[in-house]
Amino acid sequence: MIMIDIKHVSVRIKHKPVLTNINLHIKAGKVTALLGPNGAGKSTLLKSLCQDNQLDAGQIMLANSPIQDWDRLSLAKNLAVLPQHASLTFPFEVHEVVAMGLYPLTLSSKQGMILIDEQLELLSLSALKHRSYPTLSGGEKQRVQLARVLTQLQQATQPPVLLLDEPTSALDLAQQHRVLSLARSLAHQQDYAVVVVLHDLNQASRYADELVILERGQIVSQGSAKSTLTPDTIKQVWQYEPQFINAPGCDTPLLY
Amino acid sequence: MQNPPWLWPGILGLLAITCLLSIVTGPLQITPLASFNAVLNWATHLDLATVAPHEQLVINNVRLPRTILAMTVGAILAQCGAVMQGLFRNPLADPGIIGVSSGAALGAAICIVLLPGSGEYTVAFSAFIAGLITTLIVYRLASSPSGTSVVLLLLSGVAIAALAGAGIGLLTYLADDMALRDLTLWQMGSIAGAQWQYVSLSLLALLLISWQFSRSSTALNALLLGEAEARHLGIEVDKLKLRLIVLCAIGVGISVAATGIIGFIGLVIPHLVRMVIGPDHKRLLPISAVLGAITLALADIGARSLVAPAELPVGLVTAMLGAPFFIFMLLKQKNRLI
Repeated sequence: MIMIDIKHVSVRIKHKPVLTNINLHIKAGKVTALLGPNGAGKSTLLKSLCQDNQLDAGQIMLANSPIQDWDRLSLAKNLAVLPQHASLTFPFEVHEVVAMGLYPLTLSSKQGMILIDEQLELLSLSALKHRSYPTLSGGEKQRVQLARVLTQLQQATQPPVLLLDEPTSALDLAQQHRVLSLARSLAHQQDYAVVVVLHDLNQASRYADELVILERGQIVSQGSAKSTLTPDTIKQVWQYEPQFINAPGCDTPLLY
Repeated sequence: MQNPPWLWPGILGLLAITCLLSIVTGPLQITPLASFNAVLNWATHLDLATVAPHEQLVINNVRLPRTILAMTVGAILAQCGAVMQGLFRNPLADPGIIGVSSGAALGAAICIVLLPGSGEYTVAFSAFIAGLITTLIVYRLASSPSGTSVVLLLLSGVAIAALAGAGIGLLTYLADDMALRDLTLWQMGSIAGAQWQYVSLSLLALLLISWQFSRSSTALNALLLGEAEARHLGIEVDKLKLRLIVLCAIGVGISVAATGIIGFIGLVIPHLVRMVIGPDHKRLLPISAVLGAITLALADIGARSLVAPAELPVGLVTAMLGAPFFIFMLLKQKNRLI
């Protein structure tokens, strides 16, 4: 099921074209990874999906209606964004930060508390429930933000859309895999449409169902890991000649 | 964080004691019992208890309006301070420090000097308009998508205060003796000579902003995540910001028109409250309001009694207490600021 339909989208920032004529379908039940070198337009594309950018041309449809026609609260119930950095300096406790995700929902305060506890449990944050957010490590903060964002999607009226902007950048190795597995299981088991901006091609290869490779604001390749992560594409886009590894039990390309 | 169980009973008790203390303090000795009776007479409009007429007069026309005004303005300033800190995402924002009070004072001064004979409502309205313009200018100067820079915020405050000070200075040349006295008072902040018109006006403002702020408290919490994040949660960020700025300008404008510039209440009170109960605006705002009321009333009692029979402007008292606190906060943030 196509959740987001991106049609002929172009974006300029300060008169410089950043995205040019992007056409893309984001499907429910799939993890879609946006890849590309720095400045290719990955983050801009993600920002366009949550209306942080003005489109220069084209249109973005969410569940068959133009995304700008959605009212703010129903949009927030169905589409959530995990920011790359959340600069919260006031000393909120962890559960209070997660509770901010209740904003668009209609719940009694008791139901809200139960929901928050569930989300804290899901991200193994229960022990940190009463810790002050600014004292957490980067990885813990990221997980708290993820719990907040998932809370926000608990009353979605259709398969929810989850946008993750470089979710692994502040995390250690084990946490990176935990977050990406969670994203994948949300997509595969709960029919979320997950869009994730990644730098690590191996993570994309391992966790994403659909890879979208951008170069200078245009899509140069899109599809499964096998069909997109080819020596030629990588060489063309990153100006780097990769070596591929054969790992037993791994059916997607791995490279270094 | 949970409210400690002693919190509400404690601060309400303190409020009552402060109220009583404020009513019995003054150059004319009135016993607590006579004061209480006089307040009872005033509140019921009946002569329930016998009080000497001159004592009743002092309570009715001097001490009651003064006490209520101090508490109302304290509650307004503390809440406006808390909201501005949320709006600017910066614990150093305060109507006095960022220049909004000075702007409002200039508005009031223009009205007093250039439109002699204008009533309390005109003065309050022009203070509100000037406060609003100042807030918008400071907000524009200091904010960026990632929050507000402390340095820019404080420097805009300095610039605005200098400009407003120059404006008021210019007006003192044009002012007659009566207006001159008022202007001096405005710049120092004083609750002496509280008038019932201003008492009712500021009570109305307090009700309005408390109601509106409490409706926005969840959205204000989310705004601390950042504007984009708040928008993604379904908050109409631009509308919310504009509404809060207008409400703060109403609160600060009316306070300044009624009492002149009283600094640091809006800075110190929310900060102390956050230290005890955390930054959640749902609890921060009402508790700051009560604590602000207590603090300004106590400061006013100090202003009346420290150099009795003369009086200090209450703005001096709050500055003497608040400025060292501000320096302490700057020291604590020093590493982050440089």
